[in-house]
Amino acid sequence: MSGGVDSSTAAIILSRDGYEVIGVTMKLWRDDERRWDTAVKSCCSLDSVRDAKYICHKLGIPHYTIDYTEQFKSLVIDNFTDEYFAGKTPNPCIRCNTYMKWGELYRLARQLDAQYIATGHYARIMYDETTGEYSLLKGIDATKDQSYALWGIERKLISRTLLPLGGERKENIRGILKEYGIYFADKAESQEICFIPDNDLEGWLRSKAKEHNLEIPDGDILNENGEIVGRHKGFIHYTIGQRKGLGIAHPRPLYVKRVNSDKNIITVAEDEGLKVRSFTVDRLNWLINEPAAGNVLSFDVKIRYRHKPAPAKCVLNEDGAVEVSFAEPQRAVTPGQSAVFYDSEKVCGGGIIECVS
Amino acid sequence: MRKTYLDNNATTPLHPKVLEAMLPFYKELYGNPSSIHHFGREVSGAIADARHKAADLLGCDVSELYFTSGGTEADNLAVIGTAFANSEKGKHVITSPIEHHAVLEACHFLEKQGYEVTYLPVDSKGFVDPDELKKAIRKDTTVVSIMHINNETGVVQDIPALAKIAKESGVYFHTDAVQSAGKVPINLKEFGVDMLSASAHKINGPKGTGLIYIKKGTRIQRLAHGGSHESGMRAGTENVAGMIGMVKALEISCEMMDSELEKYGRYSSKLWDGLNEKLSDIVLNGPADERRLKNTLNISFKGIESEAILLNLDMLGIGVASGSACSSGSTEPSHVMLAMGVKPEIARGSVRISFGKFTTDEDIEYTLEQLPPVIERLRKMSPVA
Repeated sequence: MSGGVDSSTAAIILSRDGYEVIGVTMKLWRDDERRWDTAVKSCCSLDSVRDAKYICHKLGIPHYTIDYTEQFKSLVIDNFTDEYFAGKTPNPCIRCNTYMKWGELYRLARQLDAQYIATGHYARIMYDETTGEYSLLKGIDATKDQSYALWGIERKLISRTLLPLGGERKENIRGILKEYGIYFADKAESQEICFIPDNDLEGWLRSKAKEHNLEIPDGDILNENGEIVGRHKGFIHYTIGQRKGLGIAHPRPLYVKRVNSDKNIITVAEDEGLKVRSFTVDRLNWLINEPAAGNVLSFDVKIRYRHKPAPAKCVLNEDGAVEVSFAEPQRAVTPGQSAVFYDSEKVCGGGIIECVS
Repeated sequence: MRKTYLDNNATTPLHPKVLEAMLPFYKELYGNPSSIHHFGREVSGAIADARHKAADLLGCDVSELYFTSGGTEADNLAVIGTAFANSEKGKHVITSPIEHHAVLEACHFLEKQGYEVTYLPVDSKGFVDPDELKKAIRKDTTVVSIMHINNETGVVQDIPALAKIAKESGVYFHTDAVQSAGKVPINLKEFGVDMLSASAHKINGPKGTGLIYIKKGTRIQRLAHGGSHESGMRAGTENVAGMIGMVKALEISCEMMDSELEKYGRYSSKLWDGLNEKLSDIVLNGPADERRLKNTLNISFKGIESEAILLNLDMLGIGVASGSACSSGSTEPSHVMLAMGVKPEIARGSVRISFGKFTTDEDIEYTLEQLPPVIERLRKMSPVA
């Protein structure tokens, strides 16, 4: 329970439905250094823990705050930093779900003899009586669907998961909180990256570089023909599809097309130049029976949180990677982001976008 | 479900006689003790009586006691107040790594203000070596702060010996006696300290009240500025009921001290022996002998994490702690265990059981029944399922 609207409502719904609920707030990082700034609020602050405790108190259920800062640092934050320094654009929420919630939290649930873990994600679990299998589906509310962030969880844990918000619409959620008289029903959505509460990613990366004694040298910006068209302030500060902060005069808008961390080069292109048909996905996880190598599968593939899944042919290689080929080229396929394979509503699996051809 | 409270180092229930003593000051005796009229005088008279009583119980002069909002404020005042007031002499402070956060964080604050802090090492049982203190004192040292009884392990430091070293070097000595005042005999005439912090709610008094003893002649700067309350040491209208309650709690605690100490010894042995009969691989953190206050039993259960034990016991109605209870209610590895050199994997499995005046034989028996199966079940699924 982050103390936010979604996990709070999940606890309310489950209690209402007669489950014996135990509230857990996972303390993932410390905000000690920022305690002077009362304006910055985020999901691991003491304020948020207080809100989670308040909900549990109202529901008459136990609430525990457990410290997972060490695990979060080694499994999520360090990877996030490494990926940026390798010129990629990671999505830390996915690793957090896999290793923290469907890792540490599940372990805690077993220790407490609890049958399920539950979160406030907008996704659904479906049980098929004929096959006896559980699947992960998109949330009913398409605008809030968070199934994308759950591809990494271990398949066998789907049957041990409850996602009470998957069948709800966002507007109803706030209604449920109000109905229960919860004072923060109108609380703002949580910010992009929880451990960077001021949203200053650039400043955060600079301080990490300093910690690791790494230079962030500036370098050339090239166009698609390999001509120098400007200077960049360090490749880690750029992500594919980015338009802001390039500082290049050009008749039409330019976007980052490629980040070459080895050569410290950023390549830019006009919108049309950002479209990509095929790419490789690695570090896979399947939520269906694992397909055999050489198989050609048709999936709708989603390549970032706000991307509409697009039809693609997916070929499973011998080494376990998947070659994805979109029917229609898609804009800004970004290494480090996740590609998730959907069969209509169902999440079949996913992986990390490795290289883009 | 049976409720079993074994976390008396975190806080204790209010004694009914304490509540009774406090109630008039929430009702008819509402005057401001600073007021000149009889409404105020009645109350200031009651405070004066209480202060005399406390001075008698602790063996100090009545003018050497100042009420505070609790142990934390008393610790802050002692450490920061003396460091500030004596900064012309120097900016060096000495403490130990097993102090309560009220002292440690006050020291960190001083470090940010340009002071230097030396953290004396402790041995595997949690003791500060007086020779180490002797070595650490410098010309620019102004104050030493070493806690009397540790909240996590119950280890009792030899305060008179440590205070003597400070005195010989002309350095102020403060002790955080939050876990000891009212639980073990303290006579300030013989104790040798310049300052001592105490708290009411650890000895069945009200929360939000503490006191500090400051020996006459100690150079100290106040931290809360305003009126001339508490002889100018601590501004703010008095928490009258709190003061009355604290002194009543101290009085009751001193009366019951001998029988309580005997009871703690009995419970500690019974629980420790009983657990050892039923479980293997358990470790007592801190000393086993009389250098530990027996109301505290800090045990590590090898192979499991303390939070798993705590949460399971909570669901059985048993309240115990791991490390110290911090305000966020989160479980973090204990700085005390780590400073004692306890291996992290053992520190992680440490559970603090602490007895109080209202702990009964049934509480111990119930815990002996309920705890071993929890440990066995958790051990079956550890390390990682």
